[in-house]
Amino acid sequence: MSMNGQKKFKSQSRSRKVSLGVTYTILVIMGIIWLIPLLWIVLSAFRCQYQPDGTFIGRVTSNFFPKAFGLKNFKDLFSATYYGVPKAFGKWILNTLLIAVIDCIISTFLVMSVAYCMSKLKFKLRKAFMNITMVIGLFPGFMSMIAIYFLLKSIGLSGNPTHPEYSVIGLILAYSAGAGLGFQIAKGFFDVIPNALVESAKLDGCTSFKIFRQIILPLSKPIIIYQALMSFTGPWMDFIFAKVIIGADNARYWTVSVGLYSMLFGTHPDTNLFTQFAAGCVIVAIPIVTLFMFLQKYYVEGVTAGAVKG
Amino acid sequence: MSPQNKAPKKNKISLFERIGKAFSNFGKRFADGSLGTKLSHFIFGAGNFYHKQYIKGLLFLILQVGILAFMIFCPTINGTPYGWKALRNLSLKNVSEGGVFDPATGSFSVGSDCKLMVLFGFVTIAVIVIYFLVWNMNIASSYKADMDKKIGKKPTTFGEDLKELLDSKFHVLMLTPTCIAAAIFTILPTIFMIALAFTTYNSQDMNDLGTNLFHWNGLQNFAAVFTGEGSLGVEIKNRFLPVLGWTFIWAIFATFTCYFGGIILALLINKKGLKGKKFFRTIFILTIAIPQFISLLAVRNLLGEYGPVNSLLQNIGATTQPIGFLGLKTGDSESLAKFMVILINMWVGIPYTMLMTSGILMNIPADLYEAGRVDGASTTKMFFKITLPYVIFITTPYLISSFIGNINSFNTIFLLTGGGPTYTGYQAGGTDLLVTWLYKVTIDQGSYNTGAVIGIFTFLITATITLITYRRSKAYNEEDTFQ
Repeated sequence: MSMNGQKKFKSQSRSRKVSLGVTYTILVIMGIIWLIPLLWIVLSAFRCQYQPDGTFIGRVTSNFFPKAFGLKNFKDLFSATYYGVPKAFGKWILNTLLIAVIDCIISTFLVMSVAYCMSKLKFKLRKAFMNITMVIGLFPGFMSMIAIYFLLKSIGLSGNPTHPEYSVIGLILAYSAGAGLGFQIAKGFFDVIPNALVESAKLDGCTSFKIFRQIILPLSKPIIIYQALMSFTGPWMDFIFAKVIIGADNARYWTVSVGLYSMLFGTHPDTNLFTQFAAGCVIVAIPIVTLFMFLQKYYVEGVTAGAVKG
Repeated sequence: MSPQNKAPKKNKISLFERIGKAFSNFGKRFADGSLGTKLSHFIFGAGNFYHKQYIKGLLFLILQVGILAFMIFCPTINGTPYGWKALRNLSLKNVSEGGVFDPATGSFSVGSDCKLMVLFGFVTIAVIVIYFLVWNMNIASSYKADMDKKIGKKPTTFGEDLKELLDSKFHVLMLTPTCIAAAIFTILPTIFMIALAFTTYNSQDMNDLGTNLFHWNGLQNFAAVFTGEGSLGVEIKNRFLPVLGWTFIWAIFATFTCYFGGIILALLINKKGLKGKKFFRTIFILTIAIPQFISLLAVRNLLGEYGPVNSLLQNIGATTQPIGFLGLKTGDSESLAKFMVILINMWVGIPYTMLMTSGILMNIPADLYEAGRVDGASTTKMFFKITLPYVIFITTPYLISSFIGNINSFNTIFLLTGGGPTYTGYQAGGTDLLVTWLYKVTIDQGSYNTGAVIGIFTFLITATITLITYRRSKAYNEEDTFQ
């Protein structure tokens, strides 16, 4: 190798090192920016500061790092009475869990069945169904929210004075009923499964049901997990629909996100509740983040499928 | 272009032809059909009884009797009837606030509730449509049995029909739950809200007429954009264009900042020789996994008046007064709030694009780069000539849907600024999008008609964008060839 070539090689590897260094620096800075707000919520959840006169400081304070740590916020969160409901937080969590599990089962089932039909079955109104779905999807969801509330109220599944718990059924219906219309990502996934597989099974005398159960479903584990993850986490994240359907005065049956949101923006928001809010956020976030981390692979697969097929 | 694409589209007949065909089909079935088929035109299931398909016939008959009873006897919920009375009530005339005193029971009957009248009216129309669909199905079923007989086949039994549901009619079984659920909880509410845009239904006007009363008022709510008449007319007239304009600016910036930011981040993380790829990716996925009301409210409080950021700025002497980053108070800077929401939205959106493009970047054919390297192209040049065009080509559908998603992006604005800074006398603040405005007008103000008008405008915008871009896209036109 000539001197010149060696020099060139050296400078190339140096420039490569420099560019890697720059990349690390940018990524670390970005990582810190991305983590700061989340770190702050966690720190606030464990904050245990008192005024000189002994009162607890629960509001937003100017210091980023707490001066004292403790578990008081978590203890208070589970024992406190919110909106006249004793030990409300635990009830909210159980309530949300119930709603999320049922919604997850119904929604995933509906999405899978519709997506399979749209992708692998040929029938008369297929294109019409797809176009109608697309048009309906273009209306802002909030527009129909109030109409769904009227509808549920007229059949006693929302704002029922004698049975406030029926609102939970109403909310499950509101969450899962339209789920089948969100079939596009799953359809994109099914589209990639070769049609030849279906055709040959048909020639062997398989019914469409058998093909779905024995060929398509075993191949669709990633998309089923993606759908289940999405519909399970939905109720934990929604704070608007749940409040309208369950009702602002029905705090016993709120979901946890409505409860947490109301700690900051309720009818009587107590500004001293911020640290309890943060503690609640940590409790809600831990299981969801864990789920996401475990199922990351499937989530990414779903997102990518959605990107390509729109 | 492959010959496949050039093949003429089959079954491309015009709507009128199709309607004409359907009518001639009806005539043909009546003329050619057996006595049972002829009777089926009047009594559901008659043809099935004629062909000894008793269970099927009974089901059709029950449906006919049920629907007719529904139409004639008008079941009542909360004092509002269904059936023919609901159709009459759709005119919203002769409504009264207080109920009529009934001496027999000694109490007032329930007064009119116009929103239920409209809702039930639409349900009744849907039931009528269902009646005719069932009517058609019952004739078709009988006619099919006729044809089977003609060629010497036995008419199908009920058991065989059920079995078909698992095979050639599998789509019926699979789609029925979604169709019913979506019709009740998505389509009906949407039609209902569209109808409200043509009424006087809002909390202010209702006080003039009575708490549950309103009437149709044509296009007046839409005209309010120009005339400024009506209960929220001034708001609509003065705030519509600013909100619309900002919605567009927001959607453009939110889409493209996150899109290119995400691509760049994905390139950085996927750089050759970089260690800890998974670690970095996990950090950014955290913001996706954490519910937005948590992460965005954290940011809001972090930047708040008494939050750490403002106190830090005051401590280092950058400012004497707390800065209203998010326009939470009247009089705060609107442009700063707008800049901040776009900036913070990058924090929310970039990880998402990063995840998505990571997969695509890894799938770029390596020989493209190889060829580029042979030609002596620099890294920058290869990025602009190979990477970017490839990624953009693949993700065009995503770009469109994310643009529409951003037009309807409720959480970011609602949680960060609440639409602020607010202006005295108006609901719509400086950073309000059409959707957050819709929310305020409907939920906070109870102006359902104005809210519906805003919703329809939003629909028109998103529909136009979709029509222009989506119908031209490859994914739509070559949906079948893709498989």
